[in-house]
Amino acid sequence: MALLELIDVSVHYGSIRAVHGISITVEEAEIVTLIGANGAGKSTTMRAVSGIRPLSSGKILFDGQDITKLRADLRVVRGISQAPEGRGVFPGMTVMENLDMGAFTRKDKKGIAADRDRVFDLFPRLAERRTQVGGTMSGGEQQMLAIGRALMANPRVLLLDEPSMGLAPQFIQQIFKIITEINKQGTTVLLVEQNAQQALSRAHRAYVLETGTITREGTGKELLSDESVKAAYLGVT
Amino acid sequence: MHHLITYLADAPWITFNTGAFSDQFWASTFDGLTYGSIYALVAMGYTLVYGVLQLINFAHSEVFIVGVYATVFALNAMGFGPSPVYPPMVVLIIDLLVAMVAAMIASGLTALILERVAYRPLRKRNAPRLVFLITAIGASFTIQYLIFVWRGGSNAEPATIMFVPDPVFEVFSTIIDSQQLTIFIAAIVLMVVTDQFINRTKFGRGIRAVAQDPDTATLMGVNKERVIMLTFVIGGVLAGAAALFYLMKVPQGASFNGGFVLGIKAFAAAVLGGIGNIRGALLGGLLLGVVSNYGVTLLGNSSWTDVVAFVVLVVVLMVRPTGLLGESLGKARV
Repeated sequence: MALLELIDVSVHYGSIRAVHGISITVEEAEIVTLIGANGAGKSTTMRAVSGIRPLSSGKILFDGQDITKLRADLRVVRGISQAPEGRGVFPGMTVMENLDMGAFTRKDKKGIAADRDRVFDLFPRLAERRTQVGGTMSGGEQQMLAIGRALMANPRVLLLDEPSMGLAPQFIQQIFKIITEINKQGTTVLLVEQNAQQALSRAHRAYVLETGTITREGTGKELLSDESVKAAYLGVT
Repeated sequence: MHHLITYLADAPWITFNTGAFSDQFWASTFDGLTYGSIYALVAMGYTLVYGVLQLINFAHSEVFIVGVYATVFALNAMGFGPSPVYPPMVVLIIDLLVAMVAAMIASGLTALILERVAYRPLRKRNAPRLVFLITAIGASFTIQYLIFVWRGGSNAEPATIMFVPDPVFEVFSTIIDSQQLTIFIAAIVLMVVTDQFINRTKFGRGIRAVAQDPDTATLMGVNKERVIMLTFVIGGVLAGAAALFYLMKVPQGASFNGGFVLGIKAFAAAVLGGIGNIRGALLGGLLLGVVSNYGVTLLGNSSWTDVVAFVVLVVVLMVRPTGLLGESLGKARV
């Protein structure tokens, strides 16, 4: 049974259709990536999975249970955690407070402390800056904080929305390495990316999203060598 | 322009009483701080709701006046009335605390119901901001006239005297009385507790998260609706406390539209300090209280108090459009 399953999902903004009848499956322990151009509906899909955007039709199953109508904050309790597009670091909170926000729904103090250590191991930079206010950090640091914060929920599936956006090349490498590391530690990852090269080479499976519909799917390797994907997303002709 | 200045300078209706001002400087300051702490308590409600919803809750003045009525009824039930009674100190303190709790409950509930009935349905429909504002004004009038009908007209309730102020000590050869001291200390304690609640507790962090980024707060598992409810209740409870202090100062303060002017001033205090900023509300409230009192002493006529207060507000906003401490609840770190 898949951990996360989107079945024929459509999402509208008013009368504008952002996502049209897409189906995506994420198995436990996988990295699944969703690639596509700006405005293809990638972030909308992520928002729908997290529950901050309602579906106009279709179903979302998590761990076999229908969560289509479940309130967003309760989905976090179930084990769905997201580092949103644009990072969403709370600008007026310190690194520590931001991380604590990630563990907002949890009460197990020991588990929280253990996860904080895990986050600091993955991102030593955050440990150095624990009292710095989020708003004053660089883009790369904010991205680390956003991912670390999402991990603080101890999620079963981690949703990452364009973690490489706006980052310097050395940071992009580092972030992708860490995503693989997080996955190796046992967390399932659903990754939305415009950086198709990196995303496809790290992902087990991938979907290509074009103007709200899925046009291709396969393993990361398959899509990396797919001619049309190469032409459209990898800058190879 | 020149004519206007000459006219104003010669105007018989405006006189600067600098002698009285220097004589009564400290007295005006201390009394201003007393009023100011009441403004500040009410200002907290405006600022908290604005911080979380970017909504100016114009009906907050009625949340406050409901608390004033609750104070009157609670005190009357305990035997307080138009002429002072002199219960033993301990009994008096307990009575006042009971009245305060009654007012806090009444105002807190009013704020909660207001949120449920007036604002939540609009949020569900994604109504534009202007609609919220009009609704707030409508809610303000609705509560006013509900009170009007209930009390059978516009007459204020008979005075309720809690205690006769005694001198406690003297600073700069100015007497500080027990009333000023009670109000100032209690108000500051309540505001510090609120500030610490917002900045140090988990629920407080949830409130700040929603203020800074509501969608991301939801992604962290914060129940936004619950945070909004809590914010209204906290604002209401503080307004309830303010109601007791207000009635101490103004024993005939319970009238159907008695919250209006105080509400406007508290709102001005919130804007002066930087709306959305809790410490700004405190600073703005105290400053507004002191400055409007200076206006009264300097111009020798209490009709000027509001004029002076709003002139100061306008001048400050010209220099610092975001208020003295600027930034919103969200962004202000400490």
